[in-house]
Amino acid sequence: MSQITQSQFAANLKKYYTFYTGGFIAFVIVVGILEQMGVPSKILGYMFLFATIMLYAGIGFMSKTSEVGEYYVAGRRVPAFFNGMATGADWMSAASFIGMAGTLYHAGYDGLAFVTGWTGGYCLVALFLAPYLRKFGQFTIPDFLGARFGGHIPRFIGVVAAITCSFTYVIAQIYGVGIITSRFTGLEFGIGVFVGLAGILVCSFLGGMKAVTWTQVAQYIILIVAYMIPVVWLSVKQTGVPIPQIVAYTSVLPKVDALAKEFNDKATPKGAKEEEVRVIFRDRAAAADAKLKGLETGGAAFLSGEKDKLAAKVAELKAAAAPDVKAVEAAEKAVKDFPADPAAAKAAWTKEKAGAAARAAPTKIHSAPYAGKDEAAQNKARKNFLALVMCLMVGTAALPHILMRYYTTPSVKEARVSVFWSLFFIFLLYFTAPSLAVLVKGEVYGNLVGSSFSALPAWVSNWATVDKTLMNIADINKDGIIQLAEIVIGGDLIVLATPEIAGLPYVISGLVAAGGLAAALSTADGLLLTIANALSHDLYYKMIDPNAPTVRRIAVSKGLLLVVALLAAYVTSLKPGDILFLVGAAFSLAASGFFPALVCGVFWKRANKLGAILGMAGGLFTCAYYMYLTYPFFGVNAPLWWDINPISAGTFGIPVGFLGVIVGSLITPAPSKEVQDLVDHVRYPNLVGDIDTSGR
Amino acid sequence: MQLTEKHKEYWQKTLRMTGLLLFIWFVATFVVEWFARELNAITFIGPLGFYMSAQGSLIIYVLIIWFYARYMNKLDNEYGVQEGEED
Repeated sequence: MSQITQSQFAANLKKYYTFYTGGFIAFVIVVGILEQMGVPSKILGYMFLFATIMLYAGIGFMSKTSEVGEYYVAGRRVPAFFNGMATGADWMSAASFIGMAGTLYHAGYDGLAFVTGWTGGYCLVALFLAPYLRKFGQFTIPDFLGARFGGHIPRFIGVVAAITCSFTYVIAQIYGVGIITSRFTGLEFGIGVFVGLAGILVCSFLGGMKAVTWTQVAQYIILIVAYMIPVVWLSVKQTGVPIPQIVAYTSVLPKVDALAKEFNDKATPKGAKEEEVRVIFRDRAAAADAKLKGLETGGAAFLSGEKDKLAAKVAELKAAAAPDVKAVEAAEKAVKDFPADPAAAKAAWTKEKAGAAARAAPTKIHSAPYAGKDEAAQNKARKNFLALVMCLMVGTAALPHILMRYYTTPSVKEARVSVFWSLFFIFLLYFTAPSLAVLVKGEVYGNLVGSSFSALPAWVSNWATVDKTLMNIADINKDGIIQLAEIVIGGDLIVLATPEIAGLPYVISGLVAAGGLAAALSTADGLLLTIANALSHDLYYKMIDPNAPTVRRIAVSKGLLLVVALLAAYVTSLKPGDILFLVGAAFSLAASGFFPALVCGVFWKRANKLGAILGMAGGLFTCAYYMYLTYPFFGVNAPLWWDINPISAGTFGIPVGFLGVIVGSLITPAPSKEVQDLVDHVRYPNLVGDIDTSGR
Repeated sequence: MQLTEKHKEYWQKTLRMTGLLLFIWFVATFVVEWFARELNAITFIGPLGFYMSAQGSLIIYVLIIWFYARYMNKLDNEYGVQEGEED
């Protein structure tokens, strides 16, 4: 590298990124002008998609490197402030950017487990890990496990744990990339996945951690601008105050809660109207239940009988003097969509019953914690809330793609400051999301409900035609007026539709899509690199061929990156289940596998090899076993332990992990003098006569 | 490598500060959330229980990390274990 000093380097970076931000804003303005000139919005969507991906690829190309230190840890010269931004982008995924506000809209207080869980974990990173890992200063998290506990087994379990949780998580990210590209450009989901993937690969393939770092800083700037503009605008439109994070709670939240109570009170006019709709849904749920019971006793005969009834209805409608065309069409569709066999019928009707029952339920009070019909159910909800917060926090402090980022700062001191900047930049988005949920709820409860079906707001009718899963609205009780129970909103709509609700032009919607894409791509970048490094550095270089020359190490890493990325894209295109569960599983696995061994490695000199092996393997196994037992996907459906949901499996994995480290360490001799010296080495930023672990 | 009394004192102080900040973190998270229903009776920028989990606790986390970085970087200098200048 050139011989400029660290402070000059930081000053240059500030200059580049200021120019970059200015350039990006100019680009948005130009697109806005094009929109005013009448360029169709589909073209604008393409412009955002390709301009940003080209930009990331350009940064990747400029940062291309084949030096080990640059490739694995960006040369260890990333200043705290910029490492904070990069960590922010690395951390905030599509789930945070697009999904979080929707989760909060639906779950109210109970969704805040994600907000506190995904921020509070950084306290653990700061206090227990970041400075110590930086002092140790090699390339990967398994490196630390290998050096601290000795031998290949702890390192190998570390590699397995890192790959398991990162791969689970990366699938959720690539899924997000596919959804965003397909929604904003009309490309097919599968093609969208591969276009996004190309953007990820060009970047990390050429320059490893160096390229990923500088791209992530660029991505953070886009994502935070894209998130803030519509929310602030919406806040101004609704309340006249541009600080949504305060005004949403002081003026909108009380109104939302009061309206929810009104909807639930049959004595009020609005409550009576809601009850009318709920009765219809209650009847539908009962009808679905009756069909399910009939199917259980009558089997296939009952099924064909039901089908005949529908066919008879079609004939009857057609025979009428003046056939109602719409009714005939609907009835014919019902016959066509009728489930083919008893298993399909059972699935369809169970879903129908659950859907109708959910819409017949009373409105949730947004600010009220721990939903449940009685004290016992509420306490169970509280227990699960706290367990989830615990798993998310500890998981945050154990995800290798985040911990790895603190290897890239120039010093221990900068690593500490860098955790502060990381959380600060994450905080900017996370403390805005709950207020966005409240603002949109204010719009829906206060303005949409009670208005007329003949004059739907533009954003409602637009989204209802684009995607029924995001916005479904129908006049159930035929009174021409919208009731809350007649609206179904998909969680992702909240962020995606905010620009339109706020009355902003399409260019801002394109910006939001670019922000969501930046969030998903940046996280996927970091995760893929973690997996490829665990395989190439820990498995290949450290365990299989320690004499491999630098060139081959980097080449192996790049090759693996390609293979892992394609494998992840393939798995994603199969659309495996529930994204939220995948994300939760990644956190629980990381928390159980890594956290106990890492923390004990720094804070307990007596911790040794057997302890680490027992702790990591035991924690991982307990966590995975509990998910296997209880998560419906695996089909075992064993009873829950202490009512803890499968997403919080780490609740059992973490204590088992600590217990394993303690028991395993105490039944075998204390670690050697060299290892104890290593522990002192990581505890003090600088010691006289210190050993050197920085792997250059 | 032999640790002096001063080095041991540095580590003791580090542990004490880590413990104290961990305690604040624990209260700001789990105690506050355990009593969320009760706290909602108080109004501070909206119902307090809701406000804390949506924003208040997050501000405390940022402050914890800010304070820790500042305290530790000073402590390093005080005990002579700071790193050399980077430039």
